[in-house]
Amino acid sequence: MAKQVTIDAKGVHYTPLNQQIRKAIEDGASEVIVDNVLGQRFIGNGLRGNTTIRVNGVAGGDLAMFMSGPTVIVNGNAEHAPGNTMDSGKVVIHGSAGDAVAHSMRGGKVFVRGDIGYRGGIHMKQYETQRPILVVGGSAQTFLGEYMAGGLLIVLGLDGVMKAREIGSGIHGGEIVIRGDVDDACLAAGAKKVLLTDEDRARIAPVIREFAGDFGLDPEPLINAKYTRIVPASARPFAGKYTWE
Amino acid sequence: MSSNFGSMPLRYRVTIDREQCMECGRCIENCSYGVFRRDGDRILVNSRKCTACHRCLTYCPRDAIMLQEQPCDYRSHPVWTRTVRESIYNQARTGKIILAGMGSVANLPIIFDHLMLDACQVTTPPTDPLREPVEIRTYLGKKPSKLDLRQKPNGDVELATELAPNLMVETPILLGHMSFGAISLNAHISMARAAQEVGTYMGTGEGGLHPALYPYQDRMIVQVASGRFGVNIDYLERGAAIELKLGQGAKPGIGGHLPGEKVSKDVSRTRMIPEGSDAISPAPHHDIYGIEDLPQLVRSVREATGWKKPIFAKIAAVNNNAENVAAVARSGVDAIAIDGFRGGTGAAPRVFRDHVGIPIEVAIATADKELRKQGLRNEVSLIACGSIRESADVMKAIALGADAVYIATAALAAMGCRVCGNCYQGLCPWGIATQRQDLVDRLNPDVASKQVANLIHAWTLEMTELIGAAGINSIESLRGNRDRLRGYMLDEGLLEILDVKSVGA
Repeated sequence: MAKQVTIDAKGVHYTPLNQQIRKAIEDGASEVIVDNVLGQRFIGNGLRGNTTIRVNGVAGGDLAMFMSGPTVIVNGNAEHAPGNTMDSGKVVIHGSAGDAVAHSMRGGKVFVRGDIGYRGGIHMKQYETQRPILVVGGSAQTFLGEYMAGGLLIVLGLDGVMKAREIGSGIHGGEIVIRGDVDDACLAAGAKKVLLTDEDRARIAPVIREFAGDFGLDPEPLINAKYTRIVPASARPFAGKYTWE
Repeated sequence: MSSNFGSMPLRYRVTIDREQCMECGRCIENCSYGVFRRDGDRILVNSRKCTACHRCLTYCPRDAIMLQEQPCDYRSHPVWTRTVRESIYNQARTGKIILAGMGSVANLPIIFDHLMLDACQVTTPPTDPLREPVEIRTYLGKKPSKLDLRQKPNGDVELATELAPNLMVETPILLGHMSFGAISLNAHISMARAAQEVGTYMGTGEGGLHPALYPYQDRMIVQVASGRFGVNIDYLERGAAIELKLGQGAKPGIGGHLPGEKVSKDVSRTRMIPEGSDAISPAPHHDIYGIEDLPQLVRSVREATGWKKPIFAKIAAVNNNAENVAAVARSGVDAIAIDGFRGGTGAAPRVFRDHVGIPIEVAIATADKELRKQGLRNEVSLIACGSIRESADVMKAIALGADAVYIATAALAAMGCRVCGNCYQGLCPWGIATQRQDLVDRLNPDVASKQVANLIHAWTLEMTELIGAAGINSIESLRGNRDRLRGYMLDEGLLEILDVKSVGA
């Protein structure tokens, strides 16, 4: 039996607000709707289970940090670092998001319809069956995929030109897939461009289809578009820097 | 690529007294570096591979093995020291940054050794610790700035102030953060058991928490560092406290790097990264780009764990230490660990280890002074770390303003470590800094945990005597009590910074 709980966040500090959300989940809510959110931070932090949390408004920093399971849907923008050190679950943002989106994320999905700020997907990593996925509908800023150690990062550039430079600085695992061409000058040391093979395309197609479904887009033109795939030039970017005493 | 340097002079020479040696081969079995090998009925020696770990000497039943450091002299020169010359040869050959193991080897004066502890004589008699209790137990975390009380209907008075979570320690000596990966699982288990036995806590380091340590999780401070390895909600919830690692005394301002060859199957499991992959911890936390981002991380961790656990932060001691400490205190943490420039490490660039940072004595004194000046001293506990070598160092650190200390190298030494500084080779014959199972098996947690507990117990006993001799009866009375210290042969400027008088004053 689906149980829906609605919480009014108007004027409520983040700690009592997050306690109310936690309480609703403990009481068995399968869907928690949080209205009038205006920058309250840490929504969804450390939550487990498979509840869906709908955030109506602008989510504050560290949305869904350490989250393990739930789905968070934001009908608005999100501030700094949504999906930070997230373990599993899904974050869907119908607006744009700030810097360090999906920072150190280990599993689950973060879908952003609009743009993201600097250092998107920084230090994403994967482990066994856990493989984080970040998909950005709009553009990403500079230092995209920095220190990336695993996972999949897709930028679709639906709203115009992609702004990121210094892409994949220190990348040593995972892959960055960007729709269209990426100038060589935009790649950081340690990153290299490779062709997107048919196999790669088949692999990312379900992700793009899911993203398109979440935002009501036509998936087929996106699946068949031209992509640039960026991968680590070496699995050990810093191995050559050191010698022993 | 070759060089014209040929081989460098030997660092150590190992010799066997052939009259004593009975060719039993224990040295061959014990040396993981391959110094010894058998050739017919004779044992041959390759001194070049020796690290002075002493494992062979320890296990030779005839005391037949002898070790000599630097058997070959360079022309002596006060400026162009051996270290300087050998670093040049190394870098001329490789063109790379030199990494080294363990803490600083820079031969700089140690301030602790120039601070003398006080004792009572006739004007105030000493306290007899055999008869009168000396309170060594202390609490780490926020203390309220004032207490509100309320009266119950029956007339009793109860506390109305809500207290922040604190860690109670039976002795102000905690086991500092060293990761599983840098050291072995048996070393971790040994320290965890020791922490449980003596009533203190142990840091996990940035390597996650192995399931074998779950039985001791109430004694673990789980660390969150910039790489976020092994960090998930389960890990945060298991720890008794959570430490945000912002810096390390052996390498202030830079990150860390566990090479892929050390990421074994087990290490990969706790760090949650693929086996054999490099584990790179960036220099900053990339979600902390400014002073206002730190409170966000502190609160994020608190929100995720329901505001139930003390949050620590660890920083390296650098020039603007007082400002750093005040900033971290204002971020809302419960305790700040400050790591001095002699702090240990599995591996750090030599140039950082030996040249960056400030001494822990100065860092603790200036932190304590600044926090008092800003009215923040009750908001955080201070933990001193970075080469705390004996109980006297603990006493002096506390008298300079610390609430407690972290020990790490001393705990390793208590398990057999000879401070050879070759942790990075991953071949530690004592089973400490290695992941090779046959070597790890050499460290028996039943024995090693007892040794670590013995060390902490012995230091605590010594501190009890020292505190009694000083005419006080608790750690709390020693904290920041600079009158219990006098500086011997320290310059006036340093005495002023430490806020300690000269001997004779």
